[in-house]
Amino acid sequence: MTASLTPIAEPTPAPSLQPSGWLRYFSFSLDHKVIGLQYIVCGFLFYFVGGALAGVIRTELATPISDFVSREVYNQVLTLHGTVMIFLWIVPVVNGGFGNYLIPFYVGARDMAFPRLNAVAFWMIPPSGLLLISSYFVHGGAAQSGWTAYPPLSLTTPATGQILWILSVLLLGGSSIFGGINFIATIVKFRQPGLKMMMLPMYCWAMLGTSILVVLATPVLAGTLILLSLDIVAHTGFFNPGLGGNVVVYQHLFWFYSHPAVYIMVLPAFGLVSEILPVHARKPLFGYVTMVYSIMAIVILGLIVWAHHMFTSGTPPWMRLFFTIATAFIAVPTGIKFFNWIATLWRGRLALTTAMLFSCAFIIQFVFGGITGVALAQVPFDVHVHDTYFVVAHFHYIVYGGTVFVIFASIYHWYPKFTGRMLNEQLGHLHLLLTVIGFNLCFGPQHWLGLNGMPRRVAEYDPAFTFVNQLSSVGALMMAISTLPFLINVIYSALGGPMAGNNPWRALTPEWLTSSPPPVENWRGAPPLVTEPYGYGHNGSPIDLQTASGRDLWSTEP
Amino acid sequence: MTTAPITASEGTTTADAHLDHGHHPDLRMFGVATFLVADGMTFAGFFAAYLTFRAVNPLPEGSTYELELLMPTINTVLLVVSSFTFHRASKELMASRMGACRGWLLVSALLGVAFLGGQMLEYFTLPFGLTANLFASTFYALTGFHGLHVTLGALMILIVWWQARQPGKFTPQDHFGIAAVELYWHFVDVIWLVLFALLYLL
Repeated sequence: MTASLTPIAEPTPAPSLQPSGWLRYFSFSLDHKVIGLQYIVCGFLFYFVGGALAGVIRTELATPISDFVSREVYNQVLTLHGTVMIFLWIVPVVNGGFGNYLIPFYVGARDMAFPRLNAVAFWMIPPSGLLLISSYFVHGGAAQSGWTAYPPLSLTTPATGQILWILSVLLLGGSSIFGGINFIATIVKFRQPGLKMMMLPMYCWAMLGTSILVVLATPVLAGTLILLSLDIVAHTGFFNPGLGGNVVVYQHLFWFYSHPAVYIMVLPAFGLVSEILPVHARKPLFGYVTMVYSIMAIVILGLIVWAHHMFTSGTPPWMRLFFTIATAFIAVPTGIKFFNWIATLWRGRLALTTAMLFSCAFIIQFVFGGITGVALAQVPFDVHVHDTYFVVAHFHYIVYGGTVFVIFASIYHWYPKFTGRMLNEQLGHLHLLLTVIGFNLCFGPQHWLGLNGMPRRVAEYDPAFTFVNQLSSVGALMMAISTLPFLINVIYSALGGPMAGNNPWRALTPEWLTSSPPPVENWRGAPPLVTEPYGYGHNGSPIDLQTASGRDLWSTEP
Repeated sequence: MTTAPITASEGTTTADAHLDHGHHPDLRMFGVATFLVADGMTFAGFFAAYLTFRAVNPLPEGSTYELELLMPTINTVLLVVSSFTFHRASKELMASRMGACRGWLLVSALLGVAFLGGQMLEYFTLPFGLTANLFASTFYALTGFHGLHVTLGALMILIVWWQARQPGKFTPQDHFGIAAVELYWHFVDVIWLVLFALLYLL
């Protein structure tokens, strides 16, 4: 890259109706960085809503009887909690948030392929979120059938709340599909000349795989929900056994989306971790090519395992066999990715930053969630713990211990790029400590509860489970408290944190090769062509491969 | 190391700043095609549900899967012909004969409207309503969802037909509007053929 020595005045921006300054974050901005931050901040607001709902659930479950809220309200709260956390927090933040901010940098572009579609996709989210939450206040209250909305339960609970739930999820699904189309076009077709697919940072591959899942699976959920709303509004009988319909068809169609949805939530997290670890370990990402093939294998396998959620729904034996085997196979590409991350850390020059520590906590917790996942794929075990707290614990180890930890790691990693200021590492460590302890205290004991037969989604339980439930509630309280140091840190550092400079982590990926925060068009001058995004730890002297031990290969950084 | 040295990038300004704007490739057709894949998956879900219902859910006594074939067959011919007339329209566009192009566009739109009319006629002559039985509900949901696509398609054809009256709006080199509507229209046609085979012939 050639730098001209004569400083050139800031290029005058083209006249535009777009507001500048902080106002643009409340506008229909087409800048991918603004949209990315809109997704992240909006997602965090909904995270606090969903967290408050989780607080209601854990408060209710602190005692075995239904005393804090009524049973109907409890059902509404757990439905809203699941829907808000999945569709308004995790999916928008790991896809839309970091995806919009980072992907154009990674492909060497000034924006996404379809900036206007991008803004439309974001601005569908706040109204549908408000629609969902406001359904609590309509006649009959919010939907009570859980985030799965299984009929016949969703047909017999109050209809208004259920219809508003369907409308909201349809809008959010539409937003997700628009985002997915945009990511596929940007990654496959919008790369700068000379940048080959196999040179892209791993997050691009993760987002490509995720977006393929979004485009293939989300429309099926949309179609299913349209049929469900016909059942509710027009009294057709698609999923109503009383009218000759079939509830299991709903479950098949629902899980055809909602199992891939797990990968829609977790593949981007895999990608983000693959960006963070090499930077803070000062080593190249181990096994780049196997990472790429693992992601694509997870995409393909993720589409053909949905019925493992339905082992107690009267599925025939051949189907159980097929879905058990296919599900167990997913452990192979996922395992490859874990070994690659561990090998990336191995003998690296680890900087124990908060971002790094959150990533390591992710690895440990996600492995645990993965192991319980393989256990749940086995029919005899699944029949035993189906719809118990074991499933709740497994699921939260995947989406919270997995994805949410990565979201926090990513905030600590990219906050200097977003704002130009560093976060406070001490507060970050406190946040990490409280979150790890609170999370494991909250969800670890739930495995035991489930194995001993406590059903999920019920406001009352056997008094024998009281103590363990109270442990879990204390953990939830700690998780709530852990948000405080994070919030203080984020707000305080935005105003008075030390200046970060362009590249505080000495990273090599293209988003760091510009100012912090980046200019409107990402780079002043031509975009840098980064052909080796993980080229850490190289030195001039070649190593004799015949005599070197594995240790020499990466311990010789200059 | 092939990456740009980190220090070199700090505060870098180059003389050719903002000159690479013309490089954006036109990806709109790619986006439309991806959207149609997604839309096709919605239909795939409906078809899967319909086939499963037929396989495992018996209809109540006295109801049947038999449908009249005459009207839908005429409709199928109308829709297939409209795909060819649209193809003809874009041939004329490529030859810069905008008058003929607009004529064929109008013919395609009218064929689409005729299809919708035929569909309406069929709806009003059928012996069952939306909630009569599972097959009836599925029939109306599938044909209704497809009919919605035809309605939108006919409207979009009329829009590009209206836009094409301005000279220079669509050229052989730059005609995204017509190309996108054409792809969509062929997609709706193919979906109908599958739907026709599954609902009427199976």
